[in-house]
Amino acid sequence: MRIGYIAANTFREAVRDRVLYNLIVFAFLMIGASLVLGQITIGVERELLVNLGLAAIAFFGVLIAIFIGIGLVSKEIDKRTVYTVLTRPVQRWQFILGKYFGLVGTLAVNTFFMGCGLFLALLYMTHKFERADIYVLIAIFFVFLQMVIVTSFTMLFSSFSTPIESAVMAFCFFVIGSFSTDLHSLSASAKGIVKVFATIAAYVVPNISALNVSTAVAHGEAVAGATVALNLGYALLYSGAMVAAAALIFQRRNMK
Amino acid sequence: MNAIATFALEKFYLTGFWRKHPKQALKPLTLEVPEGEIFGYLGPNGAGKTTTLRLLMGLVKPTAGSSKILNGTIEDPAIRAQIGFLPEQPYFYDYLTAVELLTYYAQLSGVPAGERQRRVASTLDRVGLAKDAVHTQLRKFSKGMLQRVGIAQAILHQPKLVFLDEPMSGLDPIGRREVRDLIASLKDEGKTVFFSTHILSDAEALCDRVAIVANGELRGVGAVAEMTSSLGGNMEVVWEGEGANEAIKALGRELRVAGAITRSVVPESMLNQVLDILRAKNARIISVTPVRATLEDYFLQKLAQTSGGAD
Ligand SMILES: Nc1ncnc2c1ncn2[C@@H]1O[C@H](COP(=O)(O)OP(=O)(O)O)[C@@H](O)[C@H]1O
Ligand SMILES: [Mg+2]
Repeated sequence: MRIGYIAANTFREAVRDRVLYNLIVFAFLMIGASLVLGQITIGVERELLVNLGLAAIAFFGVLIAIFIGIGLVSKEIDKRTVYTVLTRPVQRWQFILGKYFGLVGTLAVNTFFMGCGLFLALLYMTHKFERADIYVLIAIFFVFLQMVIVTSFTMLFSSFSTPIESAVMAFCFFVIGSFSTDLHSLSASAKGIVKVFATIAAYVVPNISALNVSTAVAHGEAVAGATVALNLGYALLYSGAMVAAAALIFQRRNMK
Repeated sequence: MNAIATFALEKFYLTGFWRKHPKQALKPLTLEVPEGEIFGYLGPNGAGKTTTLRLLMGLVKPTAGSSKILNGTIEDPAIRAQIGFLPEQPYFYDYLTAVELLTYYAQLSGVPAGERQRRVASTLDRVGLAKDAVHTQLRKFSKGMLQRVGIAQAILHQPKLVFLDEPMSGLDPIGRREVRDLIASLKDEGKTVFFSTHILSDAEALCDRVAIVANGELRGVGAVAEMTSSLGGNMEVVWEGEGANEAIKALGRELRVAGAITRSVVPESMLNQVLDILRAKNARIISVTPVRATLEDYFLQKLAQTSGGAD
């Protein structure tokens, strides 16, 4: 119950922030631009639109996740708004969960609108829906799962470092995670100390690349049901662990 | 029963870039506040008042010692449901209106849904926030208005025990007066109030008992009347006739002369001696009135006593 109230207030804060709308407008502009680009490239219009559109949704979604995520908890401590929340019958872990769900909810609504934008663009281009569009929908869902993961580790970082440090770390984590397939192959082929580091990194850093199916989907390829289940399970486990770690750190910390 | 009890509660902050320099913000503090009291926690800026409140509120962990709130621990949500807290220079979610903010806090404090709206409205009314202000975003509020919102959120859920850190700061004289009345009315409702201030007259007018802290150290606890009477009273003597002035000056008293009238403040112990001199010199005694010692006198005396040894 209290988690829900905290989440709702976090959502309200994001929705009343102008920055959010600026980012969404940019995402729409990018989808619009890929529509125009698609019209001057004959034959691969749909492929281009799907690829660029998904990239735009992912890019702006992750940007919002990181930029709101770094301040999610630290801003409340800095401005001392936590004082009048944590002295109520609210547990610290409930506060962390509420903040997390509030941002994830914001990102869900964002992704929904941006996804609608992409589908409108698709409809405008092809004048019909086809079976392959279902896989575009799944790809959008995977992009959302990326945001769920990014939010979780951004919040973890911000629970023990400054907003700027957290942003840098979160960005690095995201970029490395996007190449996690390469890390896994490196850990398999390398030797000695490199192998140790590559293996650790491959398991600590989130497997973002598995959640990126846009190239395949743009080609009209299918996404297997098992992949969806696996990715969903992975995203829940990984972000669950990150949020739990953030809550543990928050439980012990002094509020200045 | 005690509403608050602390046992050698102590806090060191680690300061400096590498957090290597421990700074003792609060020396071991043992204090008891019975239920139903208005308790003033007095001290100059930097005395450790806010630190004590953060420790009591569980926002900061003590270096050593412990505290009990309503016979339980502040870590327990059931205890937190029964307390209210106004932080120093409060700041709130500035994208909310006063009504939205208080509704949110009412939700978190477990005020039943059916009662929230009425409770929020009556509390805002009680702290004197104008009707047109309550639907304005808090970012447009003045410091004094924020202070009122702060007091409102501390009493909204009808807590048994209220902690207020500098509740009158940022308010104009009328506002201070209103907050004083409000604190007094909380006591009438049977609540316990623990408030910090560096303004002695606020405490003098309100408190059953006060504690005085300076440099993180407790310097005295007691009823205001006890403290001021321990200083011993002074007497103001006014007379007419200059014949006695030299002899009284010789006792080491200061005189203020206005025309034929002279006045002097003398310790009670010296009063008879002074009156004898006046009679002997045929001065006409106009009045003898006790001068009440103020908390400020006590406070200054307490600070003077121990400040030599500090740091
Ligand atoms: N977070 C902190 N880190 C380091 N020192 C602090 C911190 N908070 C307070 N202090 C120091 O502790 C002392 C007491 O401060 P405080 O409790 O705010 O006093 P008061 O509220 O009585 O004015 C001051 O010397 C202050 O500088
Ligand atoms: Mg203070």
